[in-house]
Amino acid sequence: MADLRSDLAGIKSPNPFWLASAPPTNSGYQVLRAFEAGWGGVVWKTLGDPIVNVTARFAGLNWKQNRLIGLNNIELITDRPLDVNLKEIRECKARFPDRAIVGSLMEVPDRAKWRELVKAVQDAGVDGFELNFGCPHGMSERGMGSAVGQQPDLVERVTSYAVEASEIPVIVKLTPNITDVRHTARAARRGGAHAVSMINTINSLMGVDLETWNPIPHVDGMSSHGGYCGPAVKPIALNMVNDCARDPEVGIPISGIGGVSNWQDALEFLLLGATNVQVCTAVMHHGFAIVEDMIDGLSNYLDARGLASLNEVIGASQNKITTWENLNLNYAIVAEIDQETCIHCSKCYIACEDAAHQCIERAVVDGVAMLRVDQDHCVGCNLCMMVCPVEDCIDMVRVENNLPPESWKERSARAALVSP
Amino acid sequence: MQSYDSGAAPLGDSIQKTLTDLEVTIEANRCLNCYDAPCMRACPTHIDVASFIGKIATGNLKGSARVIMDANPMGASCARVCPTEELCEGACVYKKDDSPIRIGDLQRYSIDWLMRNDDVKLFEPGTSTGKRVAIVGGGPAGLSAARDLRRFGHAVTIFDARDELNGLNTFGIVPFRLSLDVARWEAREVLKLGVDVRAGVRVGVDVAMDALVAEFDAVVIACGMGGVPKLGIPGEDLPGVWDALDFIERAKLGREVGDLGDRVVVIGAGNTAVDALTCAKRLGAERVTMFYRRGEEQMTAYEFEYEFAKQEGIEFRFYCAPLRVLGSTHVTGVEFVRTTIPPDSIKPAPVHVPGSEFLEPATAVISAIGQSRLTQTFDALGIAMDDGVVRVNDELQTSRPGVFAAGDCIFEKGMREAMVVEAAEQGKTAASSVDAYLRSGAHV
Ligand SMILES: Cc1cc2nc3c(=O)[nH]c(=O)nc-3n(C[C@H](O)[C@H](O)[C@H](O)COP(=O)(O)OP(=O)(O)OC[C@H]3O[C@@H](n4cnc5c(N)ncnc54)[C@H](O)[C@@H]3O)c2cc1C
Ligand SMILES: Cc1cc2nc3c(=O)[nH]c(=O)nc-3n(C[C@H](O)[C@H](O)[C@H](O)COP(=O)(O)O)c2cc1C
Ligand code: SF4
Repeated sequence: MADLRSDLAGIKSPNPFWLASAPPTNSGYQVLRAFEAGWGGVVWKTLGDPIVNVTARFAGLNWKQNRLIGLNNIELITDRPLDVNLKEIRECKARFPDRAIVGSLMEVPDRAKWRELVKAVQDAGVDGFELNFGCPHGMSERGMGSAVGQQPDLVERVTSYAVEASEIPVIVKLTPNITDVRHTARAARRGGAHAVSMINTINSLMGVDLETWNPIPHVDGMSSHGGYCGPAVKPIALNMVNDCARDPEVGIPISGIGGVSNWQDALEFLLLGATNVQVCTAVMHHGFAIVEDMIDGLSNYLDARGLASLNEVIGASQNKITTWENLNLNYAIVAEIDQETCIHCSKCYIACEDAAHQCIERAVVDGVAMLRVDQDHCVGCNLCMMVCPVEDCIDMVRVENNLPPESWKERSARAALVSP
Repeated sequence: MQSYDSGAAPLGDSIQKTLTDLEVTIEANRCLNCYDAPCMRACPTHIDVASFIGKIATGNLKGSARVIMDANPMGASCARVCPTEELCEGACVYKKDDSPIRIGDLQRYSIDWLMRNDDVKLFEPGTSTGKRVAIVGGGPAGLSAARDLRRFGHAVTIFDARDELNGLNTFGIVPFRLSLDVARWEAREVLKLGVDVRAGVRVGVDVAMDALVAEFDAVVIACGMGGVPKLGIPGEDLPGVWDALDFIERAKLGREVGDLGDRVVVIGAGNTAVDALTCAKRLGAERVTMFYRRGEEQMTAYEFEYEFAKQEGIEFRFYCAPLRVLGSTHVTGVEFVRTTIPPDSIKPAPVHVPGSEFLEPATAVISAIGQSRLTQTFDALGIAMDDGVVRVNDELQTSRPGVFAAGDCIFEKGMREAMVVEAAEQGKTAASSVDAYLRSGAHV
């Protein structure tokens, strides 16, 4: 069986599945249940000066039958006293010494205060820290969370406050509410961080109730922007993780967060450069038990491919991402519809007709629509394959044009040579 | 794709429709992943249904198949013959909207994957305990007990009277519901864990029970039930009168059953009757009619079986009891009498309506009035029984210490059902009890 053990900048866990700092890691009771279910590690709900929360706090984005493809929250950090949290951290660590417990911290940019918080939490026996520079609401108005995480110089300075007081690895959790995450990731590294984690939640407004015209969720008729997470944010998170993974100036391990719901999602994060993953929304939706299939599915996948450990997948697809100018302009594919499995819904037809290149031919024979691709005109955009409800019915097939690979960069350089 | 479901040629292919990949995706993603799911509670073997379906949705088919087989060593036959609408699917929260998740079909999808991937190894035998267990009968109950006993690390020897394992799964259930190939595959999966098989050995006849008790540390009795009992009416030994089990077995194994003629009369209304009816019809008999001495509501066949029989063009006659079989060298008909069930009776027993006798022409008669109890065998095994049912406690221990029982031999109306899935669960329970017994040291 494949070795699922994971090591993020010296923080070891029996598997790469951690719970993100959020409601599922609010208390010792929950963390013990999570460890019993099999989670490899937890990032404790962010510690700091206890706050007061509002009600309501969450709202969900549903899409047709599917509930919670996105979740928005206006909750703040822990509302429980620090000494209670630390006592429970101690108990959890004693019961499950092989699992990783990471203390998530938030504090105003004050060196003495950071020192005090780091020392107190370190004494409770955590394996590492995660600095919460990401919370996009409430805390940011008080000069913490994303108020720090959006300014590279503050990220660097505050990171160094924590690192100089700490004897264990420090992870900096980054906010996606910024134009280019590499700048804050580099700043974290300059401040001495041993790893970065991303993404925290994205600024969002869930919607408006059309009966009352109140925002969703509302607190006595009013709302504020919240933080967005869940399956819908995964592509944004993957991009940020990969940007950092390929950046030599970042150069430290990454914990991937954002929309991880199953082992397949987790593998994508690993392939694109993350060392482990953290999960919040999927557990809020289904409970701790989902980790069983995460472990089982990942392990079966690695076994089936004869891979011995996670190291063989981490970053394996990382450098398959480049800038557009380097892509091969001579690579050609076209759509092909499998007549055996086609259910004749004509979705591909109308998508191509109205929104692509008008190259699917449709003939109605005995009331049944027969669909065929005009491969001479198909530009290989993928749209028909994407809208087709039948898995593998539309295949994008390679067209052999015998042209050597050539990128736009190469082609424009050649053009410049020809006509100076 | 290799298919394990092709029936014996003249009987036609499986009645189960294979889900398309699209249907599987839709169905698997429709499951709500209920907490403490009612489907799991309704399954006698408590398969974690939501888990195996969730694993299909994530493409983890090995994990999915393992969840099923771990809870139910008979996962392949159960995915074909379980009355799911009365078990898991009947309990699904979507049942209220009449659209329960197609759990049985999804289970078949997972196990079909497993059958195609013969190199996948799901279970390992446990570390050897040095203890030896004999199992009498290698049907669903015996095989399930064997599988778990091997996982516990005990050595297992199965004695079976027949030349092939898997009991009624192999010889009893019609091939268009459960093919020989599936029944054989299922037995092989258990044998992969290293089981000694003594086929063609009748315990109590060829081998004495005392010899078993002397040679082994514990014994599990899983010998099922016997053949169809006698009708007890004149003429039933005439050529053309069949014991339903004998009839189905010959048809399933592709052996000669001769010309059934065009009018087949089947007596009885249980699982066996339905299998005999549909089998006779598929063998080409023009009119196949079921005669039952009670009403439609009292039929013991499952709803889905009744529906299936209707679709196959079977005719049904209720409230008719056979009086005698007619004919001199071969059956020519049956004399029936109409019956009625007195409304005020406590245990509704049909009574004959005087003067309502009628003659029903027949070219063949198949008796399917249930299965007899193996009382002689139980006597020879020296275990107590009540009305032909082996007496067991909650741990499935018989009156004889170290001897446990499971499956149809302990089937008791209103207490335990005669079903493959129940046999599987009882086999598992017996294995756990044997394990506890052997580890307690009580046997020495
Ligand atoms: C026609 C028919 C249709 C059915 N349809 C369904 C259905 O749709 N769904 C469902 O769930 N169930 C169905 N059943 C019931 C199901 O087949 C049984 O409940 C199940 O097979 C019981 O398993 P078992 O292991 O207890 O007994 P069996 O399957 O009867 O196996 C007993 C084994 O013991 C062996 N044996 C007997 N005596 C001895 C001895 N003295 N020494 C050694 N070996 C011995 C036999 O050879 C046999 O292999 C059907 C049964 C029949 C007959
Ligand atoms: C209700 C709620 C509260 C959260 N609180 C915190 C927090 O206290 N500290 C923190 O670092 N992140 C917090 N997060 C962000 C999560 O840790 C995580 O980064 C985010 O939800 C993305 O992961 P997901 O898509 O798996 O949910 C919170 C998220 C939610 C939904
Ligand atoms: S009851 Fe139905 S919806 Fe719920 S877990 Fe079972 S199959 Fe899924």
